[in-house]
Amino acid sequence: MDLDIRKENKKDFSILYVGGEIDAYTAPQLKEELLPMTENEGDKILVDLKGVDYIDSTGLGIFIGALKSAKSHNSTIELTGLNSRVKRLFSITGLDEVINIDNEKREEAK
Amino acid sequence: MGNEALDYIEMKVPAKAEYVGVVRLAVSGIANRVGYSYDDIEDLKIAVAEACTNVVNHAYQEGGMIGIGCNVYKDKIEIVVSDKGQSFNLSDVKRKLGPIDGTKPVEELKEGGLGLFLIDSLMDHVEINGEAGVAIVMTKFLKRDEVEHHVDEISASTNAQKQ
Repeated sequence: MDLDIRKENKKDFSILYVGGEIDAYTAPQLKEELLPMTENEGDKILVDLKGVDYIDSTGLGIFIGALKSAKSHNSTIELTGLNSRVKRLFSITGLDEVINIDNEKREEAK
Repeated sequence: MGNEALDYIEMKVPAKAEYVGVVRLAVSGIANRVGYSYDDIEDLKIAVAEACTNVVNHAYQEGGMIGIGCNVYKDKIEIVVSDKGQSFNLSDVKRKLGPIDGTKPVEELKEGGLGLFLIDSLMDHVEINGEAGVAIVMTKFLKRDEVEHHVDEISASTNAQKQ
């Protein structure tokens, strides 16, 4: 099943809305959208994962790649809207310590 | 008593990324039937998907199959994911197993390699067998306090069979 991906440009930053299950099959779709966004020098990117109910290591790997790309292009990336399951995977893997996750806006788990 | 598998379910799917979701859904259905909690089912889904993804990414040069076997016991589920592809050096893999090191600079982070670490974190017991292809055996126990009703039912029927 495909991911539901939508991009929105705000005045100071861009938002990428992602929905669906991010796994080995769908992760390339996320990569294709997210990676070019990080390559714009100095851009601020917010990734809204509210609609994501499943993610595994392939999906987490995309965010590591995006983080590295952002770092080398002086852009920033922040995640928001993680449900408790998705959040848990970021913390088990230690990814929450290297990537910005907006806890205040975190959606409550179903 | 109760050491024999109550049921065995087997599947074979092509080692392609688009089938990982199919396996995930099937395993979620089996775990749901056994009586696992929502969180445990999610853990099982991730673990089995990681094992299948490893097969998709590493086992074959030119296509092959993923074998999935589920042994359902009274108090646990045991999932075997196997392939007939390339083996890998087990001790190498184990040495690299671990979460992301937050003290390392971002440039040095690796995009892969979290799969086996996740399997290890989410399952209760994991064994990897690395000759003539790879087989990974993952076990997750059914937590009694959450599903006491189911456990009683199953053990009652096991006893009945024995008599």
